[in-house]
Parts: sequence; C-alpha cells; structure tokens
Amino acid sequence: MIRGHVAERSGPRIPGLDRSVPVWVAAALTLVVLMALPLGWIGWVSVSSEDGPTLAHYATVFRDPQLQKALWNTVVMAFWVGLASVAIGAPLAWLTARTDLPGKTLIRGLIMASFVTPPFLGAFAWVMLAGPNAGLLNRLYRDLSGADGALVNIFTMPGLIFVVAIYTFPYVYIMVANTLALIASDLEEAAAILGAGRLRVAATVTLPMVAPAILSGFILAVLQALALFGSPAILALPAGFHTITTQIWSFFHYPPKVEMAAAFSIPLLLATALLLQVQKRLLGRRGYASIGGKGGRRRAIPLGFWRYPALGGCLALLACAIFLPYGVLAKAALSRAWAQPLTWDNLTLANFTFTFFEYSATQSAVLNTLELGVMTATVGAGLAALLAYVTNRRLIVGHQILAFLALAPIVIPGVVLAVGLFIAYTRPPLLLYGTLWILFVAYVTKEMPVGYSQADATFKGVHPELEEAGRILGAGRLRVLGEITAPLARSGIIATWCFIFIGVIRELSASIILFTPATKVISVVIFDLKEEGQFGPIAVLGLFMLAMTFATVVLMQRVLGRDFMGAKE
Amino acid sequence: MAQRWRLAMTVLGVLAFLSGAAPAPAQDVRLEAAKKEGKVVWYTSLVLPSAEKVAKLFEAAYPAIKVEVHRTGSQRILQKLMQELQANIKNADVVHTSDAGHFVLLKEKKLLMHYTPAGVDKFPASFKDRDGYYYGLRATVNVIAYNTKIVSAAEAPKSWKELLDAKWKGKLVTAHPGYSGVIATHVLALANHYGWDYFKQLAQNRAMIVQSAADPSAVVASGERPVAVNGGDYSAYQLKKKGSPIEIVYPKDGVPLVVSPTAITVFAPHPNAAKLFTDFTFTKDVQQVMADSEGLYTGHPEVKYPADKPKLGELKLLQVDPEELEKRNEEIKKRFVEFFGA
Repeated sequence: MIRGHVAERSGPRIPGLDRSVPVWVAAALTLVVLMALPLGWIGWVSVSSEDGPTLAHYATVFRDPQLQKALWNTVVMAFWVGLASVAIGAPLAWLTARTDLPGKTLIRGLIMASFVTPPFLGAFAWVMLAGPNAGLLNRLYRDLSGADGALVNIFTMPGLIFVVAIYTFPYVYIMVANTLALIASDLEEAAAILGAGRLRVAATVTLPMVAPAILSGFILAVLQALALFGSPAILALPAGFHTITTQIWSFFHYPPKVEMAAAFSIPLLLATALLLQVQKRLLGRRGYASIGGKGGRRRAIPLGFWRYPALGGCLALLACAIFLPYGVLAKAALSRAWAQPLTWDNLTLANFTFTFFEYSATQSAVLNTLELGVMTATVGAGLAALLAYVTNRRLIVGHQILAFLALAPIVIPGVVLAVGLFIAYTRPPLLLYGTLWILFVAYVTKEMPVGYSQADATFKGVHPELEEAGRILGAGRLRVLGEITAPLARSGIIATWCFIFIGVIRELSASIILFTPATKVISVVIFDLKEEGQFGPIAVLGLFMLAMTFATVVLMQRVLGRDFMGAKE
Repeated sequence: MAQRWRLAMTVLGVLAFLSGAAPAPAQDVRLEAAKKEGKVVWYTSLVLPSAEKVAKLFEAAYPAIKVEVHRTGSQRILQKLMQELQANIKNADVVHTSDAGHFVLLKEKKLLMHYTPAGVDKFPASFKDRDGYYYGLRATVNVIAYNTKIVSAAEAPKSWKELLDAKWKGKLVTAHPGYSGVIATHVLALANHYGWDYFKQLAQNRAMIVQSAADPSAVVASGERPVAVNGGDYSAYQLKKKGSPIEIVYPKDGVPLVVSPTAITVFAPHPNAAKLFTDFTFTKDVQQVMADSEGLYTGHPEVKYPADKPKLGELKLLQVDPEELEKRNEEIKKRFVEFFGA
C-alpha cells in the first residue's frame, strides 16, 4: 500500500508560468500548514513552561519509572509484532504467489478482510474468545480437557502481540507477494535442475531475493504496532500495563498534562521517522537483476503432498483473524448475555434496537462518521491527485519537496498528530476544537501518504505523450488535465477515494483525543461502550463498521477490476 | 417489576398531561422557553441503559424537548468539559458525575449555575451543597460481587480485608479511579479506613483492571473473573435481576457511599430545558424509577426501595468529604497506577 517513493525520470519538464500555478502553490501551502502546525506546536509546548524554555518535561518523562515501562513495553510489542507478521505474512505470500496452493482466491480474499478489519475490533472480539475464564475458546478447552486453567490469556503481552500481528501481517504479505510476482522463475528452476529440493530452493534462492521486501514489510508492521492505540487500550490496560500511545492518551485526563504528552510524543515520532528512513534505504538499494525483468516466466511450484496441509494451515491462521472474531461478534450482537450459549432464551434483537434507536449518541456518530468519511475522501483524493500530478509531471520547481510533504505525515502516529492538532487548534486564530473540522484536518493529514502513494501510482501509469499531443494541438494545461488526463486516471482516483474512506471510518487513535461529545464518531462510541462493558451494542456497531468497509472494498474492486492489494493473479 | 414500570409510565403520562393542560403560570413561561430551546445536553456518568431510560421518560413527559445523552466515566466527563471550556465551547447543560469532588472544583471555578431543583428541600443534608449549586441525584454503595456458579456463598469474601487473601490471586477484577468517580470515592474511603497499604496488598492479587464502576459486575457475571473488589451495587443488582449468576456482598467493615451530584452549568446553552430536566429528575416518580428498576439509592424521603435491597440505614456507611476528594484526586489516581500498573 505504501510504496517507497522512487522518483522516475519520465516526462519532460514543462517550463514557464501559466494560470495553474496558483493552484499548485495553494496545494503546497496546505500541506505545509497541515504538517508544520501540529508538529511545531508539539515541539514548542514540549520545551516551554511559564518561566521560559525548559527541558524539564523531557527530564520528567524519561526519569519516571512508569513511563520508562511504557516505552519498553512498546518496543517489545512492536518488535515481536514485526517478527510475527513476517512469520505469517512471508510464507503466505510465497504460498499464494508461487505455488499451486488450492483456494488462492479465497485465501487472498481473507487476507484482504484481515487487512481492512479495524485492529481494535479484532482485539475486542478476542477478549470474548480468549479471556482466560469466560473466553469461549478457554471454556471449550476446559470442557474438552477437564483442565482447570486457561489455554490462552489474551490479557498479556503475548496475547496483545498475537492480536495485533494477525491484523498487521498483511503489510508484509503485500510487500512480499508483490515482489514475488515480479521474480522470474529462471534461477529457481536452475537450482532445481541442479538437484535442490523445493524447500532448499525457497530458502537459498527465493528468500534472498525477497529479503529486502521482507525487511521492509517488517518495518511497516513495526510502525503499525507502534502507532496503535485501540488494541493496547483494550488488552494492555486490563493487564495492568501501558504502551506509549495509551500513556499519551492518559496524559489528557483531567487535569491535562499537555506538555508531558508533547514531550512523550517525541520519542515515538523519532522512532517512526528513523524506521522509515531505514526502510527507504532498503527499497532504494534493491538492485537484483532478476526482479522486474519482464522476460522471465513464472511457474507455480508444485506442493505435492503438502497442498492440503498447507491450505489447512492458512485457513487455521485466517480463522484466528476472521472467522472466529467475526463469529463471536455476530454472536454477541444477537445475545442477551454474550458469555451464555446462543439458545432461544438468549437470542435477541434488543442490541440492535438499543444501539440504533435508543442510544442517542449512535445516530449522530454514524452521521458524523459518514460526513467526515465522504468529506475527507473527496478532499483528500482531490489533493492527492493534484499533488501526484504535479510531482509526476514536474510542473514546478521543488516538486520533490511536495512529494516529501505528502508522504511525511506517515511518520506521525495518530495519537501524536492529535496531540499537535489539539494544541494548535484550541487557541486563536483557528478554534477548530469542538467542531468536525479538527477531525477533518486530522484525517486529511493522516490519510495523505496513503492517498498520495495511490494517486502517484495512477499517474505513473498515464503517459505524458497524450498530454503533450493535446498541448501541441493548442489546449491549455487545465483543459488537457480535464479532457485527457482525468478520464484516464479516473479509476485510480476512485480507488484513492475508497482507500481514504476506509481509513477514516475506522480511525480511533486521533479521534479519541480530538472528539467532543457533540462530534463523536463510531469508533469513539465503541470505545465509550467498551468502558462500560456493553458487549452487545459494541458488537452491533462493530459489525456495522465492517459492513461499511466491505461495501467500499466491493465498490473499489468493481472499479479497479482486480483486488486492491495490488498483485495480479 | 413490569407492573410497577407501567404504573410509573402512567403516572408520568398523567403528569405530562396535567402540566400541559393546567400549568402554573410561572412554569408555563419556562416550558415555552424550553420548547424553543428544543433540547437539553446531559453529560452523565449514570450507566448507559439507566441514563437512556431517564432521558426517554423526560421525552415522554415533554415531547418537544430532546435529551442528548453523553455517557462516559466521571473523570472523562470532567476532562471533556474542561477541554471544551478551554476552547471556549459551551455544549453541556446538565452535568452529573459520581465524583463529588468535581463539583467542588466546578463551583470554585464559578462554572455552576446557582439553582435549587424543586422538592430537594426535603432531602437529607448529605445530598445537598450548602451553597445551593449541586444536589445528589442518586447514590450507590460500593460492594463486593461474586459469580455464584464459581464461588459458593460460604467461600465468598465477606469483608474488604478478606480480598487480600492469596487464594484470590488472579481471580479479582477492579474498576479504575482514573475513570470512575464511584471508584475514586471508594479508594479514598478505604484508604482513609485501612491506609494505602490495603491497596498495595490488594494489588499483589493481580486484579484485572477495567474502567467503569459498572464493568466489574459485568465481568463477574460473564465469569471472566469470579470476584469484583469494587463497583456500584446498582449495576450488580440490575444484572442479578436479569438472571445473571451474580451475588452482592455488603461488607460488614463498612460500605463506601457515593452520592452523585448533578448541576446546571453557568453557560448552559439551553438553560430553561436544563432546569425543567433537572426538576424532572428529582421528582418522586423518577427517583422511584431509579430505586426500582435501576437499583439506586436516592435522597428522596418518600421513595420506597425494593424488598430485596438493604436499607441505607442498615449499612455501615463510609463517607468521604467532597472537598477532600477534590484535593486528593491526583494522589488517588497516582497511587492506584503505582500499585496496579495502569
């Protein structure tokens, strides 16, 4: 989904001024403001006090043993999530891209479902599945084995890592699968002819070629884990430990310690920036001649006896990510008491009526979410398309800076962005806190890297020759854009829209700090309900959110004519 | 139960009819103004289904006025309220939390309207602010709850001290004073009674940590943990009434009493609707509904409690001073996190 931005030298630079320049300038300024304002405020507040500049907040943050623990927990969690994601994602990618595994379409569909599942919903479902005592899997285990203890306890660090990893591995999967799809089979076949077994070929020939993709996927997974708020809030807090994001959130409890939140945001910001830099290096150095060669053939490697065991393994894994969690959510949505068996007595639609018709916060949250989703997706896709067009056609001096700015928000975790926006927009001249606008600004900023990468790929596929032809025939740039480029880029832009929309409707980590009671969104309502242990309504809203997401995915697939994770069959 | 409920609805319907048909002149002015305002925004920590029930009763009595319920934990209500004010947002009309300390703070900051709801003059002193800014809308006591399928009545802990026994290791659930005013009050009451050492020892038993004071009972009812070491008795009572396998223990060494105040904000965007709503929540009928179906205690002297609940007078109540609660709020949260980890 997020591509390393490797600038290609294609298309001539068209010099000179024309009427479109103010448009590009405005777009650039917008980006600068989106980024600079929150980050600038975080930096400033983290070093300011009533008596002038100070490093006291940093000193407090790094001396407090509670906060040190939170830092360490975050490192441990993110590292293991990265490893687990590789352990799941890479083999799955190999199986679906290079072998004759049966049911590949199904497997890819399920991986996509896990990709779009909001991790906090997954965490929530796993509370019902693997709570040590009431969790359904543990109860089943006790019933079957007669044992006293629990098979798994989800309220632990390993539990948290597991739940995060089953929704994060698709990042590794996509990276590796897309790379594998580009590698010709020649080398593998040569090795096979020389007598190497299938596993040996995979380990000694294929693996080194995809190693950069694996590492880069590992880093993406680590970044995802670092930035998560919902899953740790649901699983780590009951277990009695914090991560950086939950700790930053708790700094906002009354009386708020915004300067501490700002100071504690900086390590997270730096870690993210550093990791992305490493990832960029990795992708930039990818110089294997065998990758990207168009001439090579790709042959499916026969799994032989292992075909069905491998399929079984894949399905078991995806059961953890999809079937079991969705099943338990559906059950909770229909039950009076989620932990009791689903008998006629326990069956009810009351959760649905309560959620949608009796709880007055729901309807406005649904409307807010839809409104924000449509607004952000429309403005965000428009802005992303504009920027991608400018950078691809190199229309202005400094277009590289624009590309950098558009991708830069990826270094800002949602919670950190929210801290910055909170500080920036709770004071004049722009009092946006308390309105939907502050959420809108947060979402546009947060989704810009995703939107830009998508739009960038789209414009790379639209050749400049056609535009030049139009220009030669006398059309202005805006007219060329409207009549030639736009129609060609249409489906790519719609996909960008859908990506952003999906990102917005599930957003929690920025919303949880920026909402006010009048501007709640669905994810925040779910979080409120969680505080009270209202499993039924949470399940109803969760399923509703999933349904909206899948409707968008289906729309996108219709438009693109393929599934949106990128690799072709 | 259902019959009582229907009775309450009928009474309310009649009241609504009367207030429409033969209103007192003074009230008429206020009602007209409230109708123009169209809604009242209620920040409340009352457990969600109960809050929605009260809101629906009001909307039935005053069909032209909607109640916007924003339910979350006491501490988060204060947090949002103060954050909103910092950004000059005036959204809340009526604020109701279970942390009496909040109201001391809000009063000091001159954020509360001086308003005495109709009928509260008969309420006991512990339900009233002596300066007339806030009044106790309801009360609950903090109790121990246990799952009857897992723990027998004989084994069940009878006192706060018994929870320290190592046999409960890994079997307890607690709510968090950083979210819940009920729990903040509870922690202060027990810390005053037994010292902080009590919580230090309790933390050795590795309790599962949840947020709202309503959640420990839900966790116990689901069987996730057999024993809740705190939580308002009303949520456990409601679950028990619905047939969940849960039983309540009123510890003999004393039960912390939590009186949850309500007040109108000084900046209320819908002041007339807010007054109407506040008066309404203090009427005998609504207070009776809270006692009946919701299992709460109230300050209303004429309210009759369900026969299966102890009377407040039968319990040894541990009370805390709202001003002390306000002053020590930070300390309570800090200590809890220090002992329990999050």
